[in-house]
Amino acid sequence: MNIDKKICDDLVANDVSFVTTVPCKQLAGVIEEIDQREEIFHIPSNKEDEGMGLCAGAFMGGKRPAIIMQNTAIGVTINTLATLTQFYRMPLPMIISYRGELREPVACQVEMAVHTKALLAQMHIPTYHFHWQDDVKEFDNILKYTFMCNKPVAILTDANFWGGYGDQ
Amino acid sequence: MIRSEILKEIAPILKDQLIVCNIGIPSQELHAIMDQPSNFYMLGTMGLASSIGLGVALAQDKTVISIDGDGSVLTNLGTLPTIGNNCPDNFILMIIDNGSYGSTGDQPTYTGRKTDLAGMARAAGCDTVVEVQDVDTGPALQAAIDSGKGTVMIVKCDSGNAKMPVITMDPVIIKDRFMKAIAS
Repeated sequence: MNIDKKICDDLVANDVSFVTTVPCKQLAGVIEEIDQREEIFHIPSNKEDEGMGLCAGAFMGGKRPAIIMQNTAIGVTINTLATLTQFYRMPLPMIISYRGELREPVACQVEMAVHTKALLAQMHIPTYHFHWQDDVKEFDNILKYTFMCNKPVAILTDANFWGGYGDQ
Repeated sequence: MIRSEILKEIAPILKDQLIVCNIGIPSQELHAIMDQPSNFYMLGTMGLASSIGLGVALAQDKTVISIDGDGSVLTNLGTLPTIGNNCPDNFILMIIDNGSYGSTGDQPTYTGRKTDLAGMARAAGCDTVVEVQDVDTGPALQAAIDSGKGTVMIVKCDSGNAKMPVITMDPVIIKDRFMKAIAS
């Protein structure tokens, strides 16, 4: 299974047509795939809270948005999630590269990884964790759930899911 | 002129336009001067008026005016290259530059010293950047709307706030009526 293609297929099938990204090595393939899709407008952000502002605007303008970012971004977007996305009740699928999990080669990434699920839980953000490639089968349902409930929803995707960093 | 005087003067131009207004006193002033369903008031989230407005403009065809401030743009400087590289023809970013953080007690921002927002916007790739003095805001805004070009306006004015009530409208209602105004 090509998980980059599957994620993009599900985005398109769920009418997600506005995607903003702050890149991660693990997310390079899915970002490249998004750029191939005519149905999706891709606008890179310089910071994740900026991206959430773009997504809020796009949603109010009639598009279904999504953001793709690293889990480190949770540390810089708490205020935006609380006072914009949640306060105004807007849907936002967050496809998150879960750095600092199993197969991670960079120790510093673990420092945010250990806080990631706790912060998301504290924010009452529904959170899913893709560890095996088969987990991506749930993505379509997660998108439907997100736009049903008008909430930000986190999909944490770890190095094992993406195939790791090669031999270590 | 201070910001509230500018808003009063340009209210006829803002009527029925899609407006995304900056957090704090700017939104309170706009709400008191000319509340309308097509105003989106930011009740929190410092810095994102330009990003939200750009998102709205990219998602549909009607003109969108983000009323922002110098302090707010400095908080979210990454917005300028994003606008510079993606600006649609229907987006106007109007930065009311009074050189101060008005909502928190008029502490000075760097635009009152050496920092030049217009120069930064141009360097970030924004093609149409207009600098005006407060008294010229109305004609400049109307010209930007009529031009059909994405525009960044820097409006230089005095610092100071009008005393206006806090917005108590529920955020979901603000969003709902704004979305209906967009879709109408």
